[in-house]
Amino acid sequence: MTTRDESRQAVASPAATELVVGSSLWQDAWKRLRKNHVAVASGWVLVFLAAACIIGPSMVAATWGYDYETQDLAYGPRPPSWEHPFGTDFFGRDLLTRVLYGCRVSLSVGFLAAILAATIGTVYGAVSSYAGGMIDSVMMRVVDILYALPYMFLVIILVTIAGKSLLLVFTALGAVGWLLTARVVRGQVMSLKSQDFILAAQSLGTRPGGIVFRHLIPNALGPVIVTFTLTVPAMILQEAFLSFLGLGVQAPRPSLGALINDGAHQMLVFWWTLLFPGGVMALMLMALNFLGDGVRDALDPRMNH
Amino acid sequence: MPTIATDTVLDVRDLRTYFKLDDSIVKAVDGVSFSIRRGETLGIVGESGSGKSVACLSALGLVPRPPAFHPSGQVLYRGRNLLGLPERALQDLRGNRLAMIFQDPMTSLNPYLRVSRQLTEVLEVHKSATPSEARRAAIAMLERVGIPDAGRRIDNYPHQFSGGMRQRVMIAMALLCEPEVLFADEPTTALDVTIQAQILELIAELQESFGTAVVLITHDLGVVAGTTDRVAVMYAGRIVEEGPTSEVFASPTHPYTLGLLESLPRIDAGPAGALTAIPGLPPDLGHLPSGCPFHPRCSRVLDRCRDAYPPRIALSPTHSAACFDIEVAP
Repeated sequence: MTTRDESRQAVASPAATELVVGSSLWQDAWKRLRKNHVAVASGWVLVFLAAACIIGPSMVAATWGYDYETQDLAYGPRPPSWEHPFGTDFFGRDLLTRVLYGCRVSLSVGFLAAILAATIGTVYGAVSSYAGGMIDSVMMRVVDILYALPYMFLVIILVTIAGKSLLLVFTALGAVGWLLTARVVRGQVMSLKSQDFILAAQSLGTRPGGIVFRHLIPNALGPVIVTFTLTVPAMILQEAFLSFLGLGVQAPRPSLGALINDGAHQMLVFWWTLLFPGGVMALMLMALNFLGDGVRDALDPRMNH
Repeated sequence: MPTIATDTVLDVRDLRTYFKLDDSIVKAVDGVSFSIRRGETLGIVGESGSGKSVACLSALGLVPRPPAFHPSGQVLYRGRNLLGLPERALQDLRGNRLAMIFQDPMTSLNPYLRVSRQLTEVLEVHKSATPSEARRAAIAMLERVGIPDAGRRIDNYPHQFSGGMRQRVMIAMALLCEPEVLFADEPTTALDVTIQAQILELIAELQESFGTAVVLITHDLGVVAGTTDRVAVMYAGRIVEEGPTSEVFASPTHPYTLGLLESLPRIDAGPAGALTAIPGLPPDLGHLPSGCPFHPRCSRVLDRCRDAYPPRIALSPTHSAACFDIEVAP
């Protein structure tokens, strides 16, 4: 009887068939994000930038035959033209190629460092909070101590000791960038662990590892993603700053930070050497921030309607 | 006291659970003893804060220690004292031999996991089942608890189920490993009346087929009357009266039990007149009154009630109450 009623309902209402597929809270958030036009546009800008810096340099090379390091001192710095859309730098190198390369470095450093920071921070924060008591106190005091040290100072020490390579730049950034995520996750888990479904999972004999990784972390992931989207631009800025200080990516390889540094020295004469890398950087940061805001709104259940 | 039969699955003796706070010690459970046999249903009734939930959580080792501690007591499951077991051994028992269902099915399921994941997890932990075996068993159990179209519904998320359906899922989760003891902590409080009856019926039916012993915690005397074999009445962390449900309802002896039964609305009394209530408020468990904690609210209070806690007095081989006043009565 029940099954017959049930199947009749399923035929009658399209909602019933949709229900059977199962839509998670993540899918709902994704739907809300897609309705946010600014966030969607920012997403496309980032996709375009990522695609441009992945395939752009080889397209430029195929069309004009430029690369990012071959100097032509006789050619020298020239303003934008049909042969060099972004102009050339002081050493006669095509600025478009260099900006695309720099963009590639910045985006990969930004994302990898942010992923590293989010991973360390999430696991650290969740474990600390779930363990509670003394373990929690000790683990959080460690965070406090690291927080109190000047952040850039730490990165500079790490980079100076370990050497100057791209891999180390993002490891160093990620290794000190997880503190905020750890605190955010700890706060989340503090409120989550007193919830009924955690008690229910415990009452069913779920192991502590299972509770942390299957029950607590997925529920704390919303704020982590928001922190992540806002960490990426921060990391890109940090990398730019490190390159600006000469500690990041080493010449002749470009990064946006290094290009802006070069451009800043000569901006009154060769304005394009600052305008183009600076413009691309600003566009990238703006898109990341708008996307981050959009993700935050989409994950906020109060924005449901 | 009758001798404990061999089919006793859980025997709680003088369990005390205190919480150490900054300036006081809260005696949430203060010397509770009960035992339960295979297939039996024991009702534990009492007001909010009488310690009934904490008693069950303590038995499963689910109260956070610290701040909680057990100054005395044993929880014997088939002769093993659960209070002394290491956490790992308790994890093996929980959900496997001893399970629990909770009051609010709306918050007892993880909103981010499919129901299938939450059900199969139990089997994978305890029975080392392969994912496909676990899934089959989970679907079978969902059908058992009356979820229509279980094979497809299992892949839904909790928010796609109604409250009653979620409580069915919770029951399915708790019973997957066919535990010997099921603690049901107010399993129907958050549900509407028609669903309540269905859930209680379901628990009784599954209990019969699995032989599970059920400890039913509730503040609803109607639920106790309809579904339990024995009942224990708790007040301020202690059991004040215990006995077969029919006996306790027919001849309530402790003034608190009497008060509880008198405050029930009666359909034969008509709409006239206000409901009777027990005067006063439940005590602050951090600052219990001396002697019998019920004495400030008791209509039959004697002088010695203020000084000492009354002993448990047997009224029949199975029925007992803790009150000084019943010594005087025949």
